[in-house]
Amino acid sequence: MEYKPIRKVVSGNYAAAYAALHARVQVVAAYPITPQTSIIEKIAEFIANGEADIQYVPVESEHSAMAACIGASAAGARAFTATSAQGLALMHEMLHWASGARLPIVMVDVNRAMAPPWSVWDDQTDSLAQRDTGWMQFYAENNQEVYDGVLMAFKVAETVNLPAMVVESAFILSHTYDVVEMIPQELVDEFLPPRKPLYDLADFEREPFSVGSLATPADYYEFRYKIQKAMEEAKKVIKEVGREFGERFGRDYSQMIETYRTDDADFVFMGMGSLMGTVKEAVDILRQEGYKVGAAKVRWFRPFPKEELYELAKNVDGIAVLDRNYSFGMEGILFTEAKGALYNTDAKPLMKNYIVGLGGRDFTVNDVRKIAENMKAVIEKGELDVEVDWYHLKR
Amino acid sequence: MEIPEQIKKKLTLPAEEHFYAGHTACQGCGAALGLRYVLKAYGRKTIFAIPACCSTIIAGAWPYNTLGANLFQTAFETTGAVLGGIEAALKARGIKVKGEDGVMIVGWAGDGGTADIGLQALSGFLERGHDALYIMYDNEAYMNTGIQRSSSTPYGAWTTNTPGGKRHFLEKRHKKKVIDIVIAHEIPYAATASVAYPEDFIRKLKTAQKTPGPSFIQLFAPCPTGWRSPTDKSIEIARLAVQTAYFPLFEYKEGKYRINMPNPKKEPKPIEEFLKLQGRFKYMTKEDIQVLQEWVLREWEKLKKLAEVFG
Repeated sequence: MEYKPIRKVVSGNYAAAYAALHARVQVVAAYPITPQTSIIEKIAEFIANGEADIQYVPVESEHSAMAACIGASAAGARAFTATSAQGLALMHEMLHWASGARLPIVMVDVNRAMAPPWSVWDDQTDSLAQRDTGWMQFYAENNQEVYDGVLMAFKVAETVNLPAMVVESAFILSHTYDVVEMIPQELVDEFLPPRKPLYDLADFEREPFSVGSLATPADYYEFRYKIQKAMEEAKKVIKEVGREFGERFGRDYSQMIETYRTDDADFVFMGMGSLMGTVKEAVDILRQEGYKVGAAKVRWFRPFPKEELYELAKNVDGIAVLDRNYSFGMEGILFTEAKGALYNTDAKPLMKNYIVGLGGRDFTVNDVRKIAENMKAVIEKGELDVEVDWYHLKR
Repeated sequence: MEIPEQIKKKLTLPAEEHFYAGHTACQGCGAALGLRYVLKAYGRKTIFAIPACCSTIIAGAWPYNTLGANLFQTAFETTGAVLGGIEAALKARGIKVKGEDGVMIVGWAGDGGTADIGLQALSGFLERGHDALYIMYDNEAYMNTGIQRSSSTPYGAWTTNTPGGKRHFLEKRHKKKVIDIVIAHEIPYAATASVAYPEDFIRKLKTAQKTPGPSFIQLFAPCPTGWRSPTDKSIEIARLAVQTAYFPLFEYKEGKYRINMPNPKKEPKPIEEFLKLQGRFKYMTKEDIQVLQEWVLREWEKLKKLAEVFG
């Protein structure tokens, strides 16, 4: 079958819902939270209209949403959920359970700032706080990447038996409409065949078995090591799946860090998610103004693409890391990760951290220009003014 | 070992064993007995969801499993939610659930994991109407963490965080009536059971298997370690709990209450008979015993009334 995309104007949340539908998810367990709600509403609508045959479990909390997905996934089904901010924080315990039990659940997290003070707007701290749970994390720049990301996440997750999170920005993507090229069902089915579970609670032919039981100090260590091996395997799988996606559907995701005009760049802006659309736009403008700049969009934060970062860092004088998140007592989370990844390499670009857009604060092309001016001056001087720049602060 | 047919016929319980020797429960453990009976009733085609509790240990550390059934061990507060997920998956996959030939999905959680931290997930499980059975095995405290009070601990009981002492810091609240909370959800089937009455328990397990929708059984399961009782007295204590009406046996089915006491006409024995075999009650004063006795009889009258009016 020849690939002819079906173009629909949808919000980021509807893109996520359509992707779940096209991935033929079998169980959806979810709890409402702004701004995630329209994902699960849309899925309910698919069921109500007879477009989908999905077991829908309207649970009483996000903690139970993840627990139900875990039960479903352990019993062999393809399970999906979505959440945001406080809801993701409430799930935290169960995120460990999903990865520890090696269950390829896929979840969409709509990035939203943590309270208090209450905020429903974009901020990456919620998902990045889940860094150490053993979940893979894909950050989408736009609605198309939300759709593509969910489909790819299932394929990667089910290959390496680890759960995956697809992350989109609150409102900037979740509630903003854009054209998304969707893939005809038969072609999705070819790309993403039915799940073959690692184990199946409904398998009564084999010896009775137990999952999640106690492991003594004699064994626990090896369980952890195997998760790390799966994460390393995931890097290969992600690149292969991203390349395959490109070959089949024309959008290549083989780079875990998407580089934009970095070849001859003096310095690059590095960040994740929707703000990188703004950055790419700004790079084009800055290039016309004589700045030799590029953009590096970290698509997969876990597993972290150390090797790709090294290749990038070798050839630039500076990296401006844009963090729409913060780890209190330290710095932006991507900044820590990137610096840490490069420490034992011979790539030593000047790295500066710009904290931007927390709690949905606007981040525009003009902001990128100001950061470029500052970054250029820092590089010319050869030393940092400050390491962490709370860029928007009302002074 | 194969049991001869003529002996099998005389047995009042299923002869099949799916609970393996070598489990790691304490001697006289009511929970271990309970698991054995559940497996006798349901056999291999059972999926257990067990949260953090003594039964995590009883089932064995990786790679062992003493239950002859598939087991998913989950986080403390999630039994109800995990049951819902498993059921949804089986339905999505077209696998038959419940009934004689279907898969039994069984949640097996202690009183702490049910009456306290897991109450929310239990409520969600009940109100959504999943086709599964939730069993709360009630040993009236957090036994796996070392005997701390739960909301199912009775009035006057010693636990490690209600230690009595000079200031009489014993449990001061009556046992939470989880079964009443469950029934308030108007589920098709709920029952109490005791390891001292296995025939009654297995009959109730079979009823749960035949009844569509969520079922709940609260199983009285003595804990010699936590109750400071002799390991060979567990059954006697469990029997006295019923005979004193401290833990009456009854069923709630489609809006109707039915009491299943072994000697329905007999008046309850005095509560002291239940208390005296257990070290956990030794700090109770006469007044304490009186308070507990009055509570037991009041609740017993309430139950009789319910059975009379809604029987």
